[in-house]
Amino acid sequence: MPVSLSRRGLLGVGLLGGALLVGVRLPLRPARAAAAGPFTPNAFIRIDPQGAITFIMPDTEFGQGIYTSAGMLIAEELEVGLDQVAFEAAPPDTGQYHTALKAYVSPLLGEQATGGSTSIRGDWQRLRQAGAQVRTMLVAAAAQQWGVDPAACRAERAVVIGPDDKRAPYGTFAAAAAAQPVPDKLPLKPSSAFKLIGHSQPRVDTPAKVDGSLVFGIDVRVPGMKVGTVLACPVIGGRLRSVDEAAAKRVPGVRDVVRLDDAVAVIGDHFWAAKQGLAALDPQWDEGKHARLQTADIIGAQEKASQRDPEVIAKDEGDAPAAIKAAAKTVSAAYQLPFLSHAPMEPVNATLHVRPDGADLWVGTQVPARARDTVAKVTGLRPETVQVHNHLMGGAFGRRLDVDFITQAAAIAKQVPYPVKIVWTREEDIQHDLLRPYYYDRLSAGLDAQGRITGWTHHGTGASVMARWQPKGMQKDGKLDPDTIEGATETPYAIPAMRVGFTRVEPPGITTAWWRGVGATHNVFMVESFMDELAFAAGKDPIAFRRDMIGDNARARAVLDLVAEKSGWGRKLPKGVGQGVSLQLSFGSFLAHVLEVEVTPRGEVRLRRAVVAVDCGTVVQPDGVVAQIEGGLIFGLSAALYNEITVQDGRVQQSNFNNYRVLRIDEAPRIEVHMIRNDEGPGGIGETGTVAAAPALVNAIHAATGKRLRRLPIGTQLVGA
Amino acid sequence: MLTLSINGTSHQLDVPDDMPLLWVLRDVIGLTGTKFGCGIAQCGACTVHLDGQAVRSCVLPAALAQGREVKTIEAMAQDPVGRKVQRAWLDVEVVQCGYCQSGQIMSATALLTATPKPSDDDIDAAMAGNICRCGTYVRIRDAIKRAGEA
Repeated sequence: MPVSLSRRGLLGVGLLGGALLVGVRLPLRPARAAAAGPFTPNAFIRIDPQGAITFIMPDTEFGQGIYTSAGMLIAEELEVGLDQVAFEAAPPDTGQYHTALKAYVSPLLGEQATGGSTSIRGDWQRLRQAGAQVRTMLVAAAAQQWGVDPAACRAERAVVIGPDDKRAPYGTFAAAAAAQPVPDKLPLKPSSAFKLIGHSQPRVDTPAKVDGSLVFGIDVRVPGMKVGTVLACPVIGGRLRSVDEAAAKRVPGVRDVVRLDDAVAVIGDHFWAAKQGLAALDPQWDEGKHARLQTADIIGAQEKASQRDPEVIAKDEGDAPAAIKAAAKTVSAAYQLPFLSHAPMEPVNATLHVRPDGADLWVGTQVPARARDTVAKVTGLRPETVQVHNHLMGGAFGRRLDVDFITQAAAIAKQVPYPVKIVWTREEDIQHDLLRPYYYDRLSAGLDAQGRITGWTHHGTGASVMARWQPKGMQKDGKLDPDTIEGATETPYAIPAMRVGFTRVEPPGITTAWWRGVGATHNVFMVESFMDELAFAAGKDPIAFRRDMIGDNARARAVLDLVAEKSGWGRKLPKGVGQGVSLQLSFGSFLAHVLEVEVTPRGEVRLRRAVVAVDCGTVVQPDGVVAQIEGGLIFGLSAALYNEITVQDGRVQQSNFNNYRVLRIDEAPRIEVHMIRNDEGPGGIGETGTVAAAPALVNAIHAATGKRLRRLPIGTQLVGA
Repeated sequence: MLTLSINGTSHQLDVPDDMPLLWVLRDVIGLTGTKFGCGIAQCGACTVHLDGQAVRSCVLPAALAQGREVKTIEAMAQDPVGRKVQRAWLDVEVVQCGYCQSGQIMSATALLTATPKPSDDDIDAAMAGNICRCGTYVRIRDAIKRAGEA
């Protein structure tokens, strides 16, 4: 039961046997496999004889609209409308067990994962090619049946049209197309012929999201299912010693208490019983070696590391230290970014039915193969006997690139005979999240007499997510995590001498994870804060200063000029109001952002207006680009203003939206997004707004108040300052 | 035993009096369109209508809903204002992950039922209790205005 969606009322036909499937041989569930000869030329498209068209999506959907935009790539070449298609989540795929080829492995990430704004870049060729392949085979089958030249036939909205106005729907030729040779490397449409790409299409997943009918992972209901909730040791790394099981079992509706090494779960007829049962347990913990862990000690270790030479040099061009030493003016600054939680609206959850011969997992995950494999490992089952039913997600932001909560749910589920849905409370979700790393970076630069940068050094410190998550992604003999220097080594600027290094400092006990905007959110904050400081040190306007340093990067210059124009940069503003700018080259896209803020006499920051100019090359779904930038900005501004995770005596101090406060509608700025359209290859977009948020914010606060904030969140730093 | 009227249907329920309405809806009756987000009335994902008023079902003991009409997102297509709000939400393409949107639509429908042409301040006051982590606020504001004009 993969996630299936359709635009309401249009999918009248079930998925029956005899389907045309193009690409690798798809994993076929027994019922379907038993039917007459399903044909499987590629992994992304299925057309059955009754005419139902299904796209199997290699990317997972968590709000970014990828089902729609990736679907557009297939539909463009297949010559179908998105309203004629149903969507299905791809099954787990590591190139083992189920599939002959790694069809669903991200070409950019090297495994089955959705993240890092890589989907459209990875799909751009392969999904259009898949669509062209199937269309070509259907047309060839039709031409053969009609006894005409395929060149005299064309396709439109899932119908093959031949000479003399012969026409028949795709389903008619599904079986015959299966006998056609599978063509390869077909010519694709030029951009001038695009019907869908570049033209905003209605999102395919939203009708079911406005009437409450969409089944997220947390909404799954399976016959005989119970509901559990869990409490992990509140001290990081602590162990469960004892619980008062009898007290929990006296709560009406409680069924079972399940102990794990570091946590305890209560399972009941419904979530409320489980939660009440958990409250009655009075668990006792061995707090372990992190019981005295404080955030201040972690920051202290990074601060110290930032003062030494970097552990690894990622870029060394020219002699930056010498250039700085010889400069007319030298500027240095240190900046800090906090630990962050993801807090997606849908708290993490997983539903499992573990049986002696196999298991079913219903979940929303960005990494279906990892999800399957962890269940197999915990239960001792063979991976091919674990069925993953992947659901659309109520937000992810990187949280669902990890499977810790699935691992935990599997450890609970294997101890009970019935299907069980494990739902974390929001408190558990925030206190036991895997955190965006803390960063403590030190930058120095020299300016010549004309106020131009002569040399630049940047030393970052913090944890490596890559070293844990995908060790093979480490570079320089395992010493360099490329994510830690993303946006620091490659900037939009032409700086003559540059040295960028990083020192990995792992915080004891804390597991760090991907967070929206990933490495660029870290480094663009550092670079763009520092660029602003340099502009003021040089006595130049921040946009003029940046423009001078861009060199011959025309795309960067164009977005900067456009944002200056659209934002009314430099016009006279009331007292307490300021504009801040940031410029970035991230995920293959160029983006400039001007944020206008007001700082009240009481030190409160009001967000007035955000103006963005973006060049992400070829635009697939224009409204999706706008929506991602709007949402990404809000996500980043929310964090920059309010969010940090702190640890006291080994315990995360934040727990829910009352003390991990996020931006609300009355605080949101007006947002304008201006796009520069061209035929460059598509760039990533989902992370870009978040990257652009914080640097423009601190720069705007500086413009409004003269105060330079070098540490996030803003919090109460301006109050009484 | 509680008797609750939900979306026009009467339900006899053997649940504790203090069980929040949210869990009665989701885990007992199976109306999962109403979402769990925080459990402490901070996020608004669980918003339902109680006699037409937007309330947070995660902190509302089910017993307090007896004798009153509960409406959830599943009934909004039958509500003239709710239907307009859903239409506007699709026309403006408000939705991203969608998890908070049931609650957003319930709050917006209650607002527009009481105040058919809301000002920006009215929208702020009525909608500030509904968090959206995808950051769809700009479009929520537009969609409410559009629904008010429809």
